[in-house]
Amino acid sequence: MHWSAFIVFLILFAIVTVLGFSASRWHRGNMDLIEEWGLAGRRFGTFVTWFLLGGDLYTAYTFIAVPALVYGAGAFGFFAVPYTIVVFPIMYIVMPRLWRVSKQRNYVTASDFVRGRFDSSLLALAIAITGILATMPYIALQLTGIQAVLTAMGLAGHGFLKDLPLIIAFVILAAYTYTSGLRAPALTAILKDILIYVTVIVACIAIPVELGGYGHIFHVAAAKLPATKGSLILSPKLFMAFSTLALGSAFALLLYPHAVTGTLGAKSGKTIQRNAALLPLYSLALTFIAILGYMAIAAGIHTKDTSLVVPLLFLKTLPEWFAGFGFGAIAIGALVPAAIMAIAAANLFTRNIYREYFAQGEGPNREAHVAKIVGLIVILGALLFIVAIPLQYSIYFQTLGGIWILQTVPTIMFGLYTKWFHRWGLLLGWLIGMIVGTSMAAQESFKTSIYPLHLGHSVYLGYAGIWAIIANIIVVVVLTLVLNALHVSNGKDDTASQDYVSDPSQAVGQ
Amino acid sequence: MGAKSGWYWLFLLPFIGTLWPPFYSSYHPTLAGFPFMYWYLILWIFLVAILSGIIYFIDNR
Repeated sequence: MHWSAFIVFLILFAIVTVLGFSASRWHRGNMDLIEEWGLAGRRFGTFVTWFLLGGDLYTAYTFIAVPALVYGAGAFGFFAVPYTIVVFPIMYIVMPRLWRVSKQRNYVTASDFVRGRFDSSLLALAIAITGILATMPYIALQLTGIQAVLTAMGLAGHGFLKDLPLIIAFVILAAYTYTSGLRAPALTAILKDILIYVTVIVACIAIPVELGGYGHIFHVAAAKLPATKGSLILSPKLFMAFSTLALGSAFALLLYPHAVTGTLGAKSGKTIQRNAALLPLYSLALTFIAILGYMAIAAGIHTKDTSLVVPLLFLKTLPEWFAGFGFGAIAIGALVPAAIMAIAAANLFTRNIYREYFAQGEGPNREAHVAKIVGLIVILGALLFIVAIPLQYSIYFQTLGGIWILQTVPTIMFGLYTKWFHRWGLLLGWLIGMIVGTSMAAQESFKTSIYPLHLGHSVYLGYAGIWAIIANIIVVVVLTLVLNALHVSNGKDDTASQDYVSDPSQAVGQ
Repeated sequence: MGAKSGWYWLFLLPFIGTLWPPFYSSYHPTLAGFPFMYWYLILWIFLVAILSGIIYFIDNR
């Protein structure tokens, strides 16, 4: 048991709990409205949005999983770097359009937009279910970040006690998410990121000093990686897998419900564009977090449970109280995105399933009430998921989640630019993409999302999500051509082209 | 938007620069101990931030 680490950890956890509950009074709004609870009234400026989206972009799971991958596979784990580079141009161009049309038409979720644009509750339902399915295991995986640091501190008990600290953490999370909505992760994200940046900066200066410099760390990693079938420099066999995974993940990231919620909580389209220029600081931190995997190799960390790579590295190379500080950062780094994800899933369920199919015409107060309850259920469901089901399944589902979310790109992203694509084509394309992607992952026993595609005599090793979206887009285009030729109705468009291009604040002056 | 969005084509650069591993899959030249692949990708993080900043200023001129 590492007491000094644990005490520092506990203090940080207490501070974040107080912040979470007091967030409801920050920029006070009427919490009985879903726009206030679920989007914090769309009033976050550049600064808060930066922290909020940063909380989405790299989570406790990233902090644990990326170095774990790098520790075993080496260079391939660095797909996360190009991924978090190309995501910003996409964000700059696409997301302000989604923000503007959502502001104009009071959309709270991406499915609301799909419903309005294509006049199809079925297509909106498909998009909503995809989002919820992809989000649930992601929340569950955040818990593994907390679990890893608890284990490293020697808090892994037995039997019922084993999960008790985790249960306490998540009950607290559920309670302040219920009372404060999106304000809670926004406010706690600020503390979380200060802790994370301090941890990363200290770790990336102190650990290399301890280990003999970056040059030495890379040398040792290069020598030891072949033992785990990894390599320090990407091998040509993996070029396509590396690039397709980075590209697919970048497109998927922005359409995850929690990313949409974070984006729509912003004050203006410009806020989002400013963030595209400012958020890459997180990518820089992420790169150094990934390098922690190499530092662990150089520090001689040996563990079968790779999720312990970073916690063990901290305990071995940093003063114990500071390791506790880092553990606090990781654990709080789990709570922030978990809260945003739960809120996003709750918004989706309430707006696109409950309101659509169970309670048409009910008032906004009822909506907010349902969203809060669903938020609770989602968090407790994720907790149950992780306590009752082997961890491996959560990881499998999360792998699938990325592939699934990518299949919503034609409907949402293309839909932001054109009404040319036919709603029935989009729906069937989505279905085909889901089936192709899932079966490819199944053929790899869900262990990896990299699939060897056989075309003629060549084999192309690439991200299953990309193969699936190619099939998806082909179906969408072919069916659109056919259905348009047959003059099948594409529904009444609820949006106007003006909705996408101008910030409402600017439109007043025009 | 309008004429200004022509500048958006510049956003293709990070895609080309970072999604084509043959450009950077090598150990040498190293910089401050970092193999080429690593400092090259870190350089692109700064470049994409600068690029987004420039386009933001063009958009809001």
